Amino acid sequence: MADQAATCEAFAAELPRWIAKGDFQSLIDRLWELGYRVIGPTIIQSAIGYDELRRVDELPRGWTEQQSAGSYRLVQRSDGAWFGFNVGPHSWKRYLFPPQSVVARAERQGDWWQLHDVPDDEPAFAFLGVRACELAAIAIQDRVFLNEHHTDPTYQRRRERALLIAVNCTQAAPTCFCTSMGTGPQCSAGFDLAITETADGFTLEVGSERGAAVIEGLPIRQATADESAVAETERARAEEQISKRLDTTDIRNLLLGNLDHARWDDVARRCLSCTNCTLVCPTCFCHSVTDVTALDDGSIDRVRQWDSCFNAQFSYIHGGVIRADVRARYRQWLTHKLASWIDQFETSGCVGCGRCITWCPVGIDLTEEVAAIREVPS
Amino acid sequence: MSAQPRLAVFKFASCDGCQLSLLSLEDELLQLAARVDVVHFLEATSRIEPGPYDVALVEGSITTADDEQRIQQVRRDSKFLVTLGACATAGGIQALKNWSGSEAFVNAVYARPDYIRTLETSTAIADHVAVDFELRGCPINKYQLLEVLQSLLAGRRPRTPTHCVCVECKRRGTVCVTVAQGIACLGPVTQAGCGALCPAYDRGCYGCYGPSEQPNLVPLTDHLRAGGMKAEAIATALRSFNAYAPAFRQESDRLAAEVAERESTP
Repeated sequence: MADQAATCEAFAAELPRWIAKGDFQSLIDRLWELGYRVIGPTIIQSAIGYDELRRVDELPRGWTEQQSAGSYRLVQRSDGAWFGFNVGPHSWKRYLFPPQSVVARAERQGDWWQLHDVPDDEPAFAFLGVRACELAAIAIQDRVFLNEHHTDPTYQRRRERALLIAVNCTQAAPTCFCTSMGTGPQCSAGFDLAITETADGFTLEVGSERGAAVIEGLPIRQATADESAVAETERARAEEQISKRLDTTDIRNLLLGNLDHARWDDVARRCLSCTNCTLVCPTCFCHSVTDVTALDDGSIDRVRQWDSCFNAQFSYIHGGVIRADVRARYRQWLTHKLASWIDQFETSGCVGCGRCITWCPVGIDLTEEVAAIREVPS
Repeated sequence: MSAQPRLAVFKFASCDGCQLSLLSLEDELLQLAARVDVVHFLEATSRIEPGPYDVALVEGSITTADDEQRIQQVRRDSKFLVTLGACATAGGIQALKNWSGSEAFVNAVYARPDYIRTLETSTAIADHVAVDFELRGCPINKYQLLEVLQSLLAGRRPRTPTHCVCVECKRRGTVCVTVAQGIACLGPVTQAGCGALCPAYDRGCYGCYGPSEQPNLVPLTDHLRAGGMKAEAIATALRSFNAYAPAFRQESDRLAAEVAERESTP
């Protein structure tokens, strides 16, 4: 994956190219022809989520959303933009690190058990519409699942085969704070292709050999200076619109030095411990593994499922639950995400996408929690 | 007696839906029948054998003096007693009478109220005898029932989650109906097990599986009220199939007391 970042830089020197909106279907068709399963934004249940995509008219063209703490509403746009929205309830995590999977299987052979790997038969993904904060989130999950100590085979297989087509944001939601986390809004590395939407088409940057191969022969030309300038203006708008800030100055020591702050009690009174923030988070990776026995006792499936530090039972070890109240669990989540994650993976666990703020049913905003602790340290 | 565990199914005040979940296990039923001896299951067979039983599955709540006695005998006869469903684990929808007394309900429902002899309350089985495992739901999930039976056969703890419904919504990719549509949903305080069925069809969770582990109800009901929902309506939402489950009961009582106080203030 480090190679990918280096290749991106090498390609960055090239002039952007141009694909007209009328020709965009040819890119999607090409991806399917090459054997990719294309996943992209589409309207699902009153929100813009990610699902399989075959035609451009499945994109949420002409739709945007209004986001705030605890609220998301789809709204129609007047300009018919194709990617005129920000991140929604889903993230690419559900494709690279599936919510439920059988990771191993054991079969009884007389008085012993034969353990099998369970092959992942998912075709290679092409992710269409990956935002800068999401590229950063994928890079963080790479450190979790593909580090020198542990390699997760399912994640590795899916990640290495996945083609990432990024989309530069041309607007920001009030919940976005990628500039505070240094992850966006502009896509700078980690993609195979990156596009910026303008009224008539997209400027397109190539970020890898694989990206270059995919678009070969498609109706794509060099972008004109004007087209590049318009795209630049569009990208700049996103940055201008970002209003939310998280002051990350010495944040590790701030949080770990305030483990008994009164704010933890305060947030525990508001927090439902419902897990939504962790499950919408594009970097949270907690899961549980259970052995599911067949009724005839002849086989066992080892099943991995998304889990969450907000579940009391998640911290159960023999004899009891470690984090027995909401205060302990919220503190665990926030201090891990923003502080001890740095010790563990040499990066913050937060990319500033704002999902945990929007999708908290009671609208708890982590930037406000951190600010309150910073304002009056204990 | 065969070497197989002896299984008995008993019904108290209930609709029978939970015990029918056992028969709904169509694909697994024969395999299950090969591993247990069903010796008492009135919905399925006229074979009726006396105890002792290795496993008793008990459906329904206690609403009559006769049933108060009968559950004691079931307990004495059974090595492992599992209660099934909201009636058996929380008193069921019929526990609504616990707030207003049974007389009004009896008079409203029955043509001959004088034929009816009932207790003033509908209560969970665990209020009367020791229960070894409670399986929640209205109705229960048949696969969770299978998991309970398998765990008993294997001698391990059943793996039925105690976390809330939100986890199941997120795993299946359902978009939060509260955040995206402003729909009132009890999912954040309700135990999982149904697979988060209702939100997948744009409905809020009705709380069929009762309170989740450590449910934090006050901030949820505060939030619903801030969104314009009346305290009366929230109390009504909490008083359904699991109305008398302690966490739901306490919060609905708190809201109802507030409403009563407001109404008594001129």
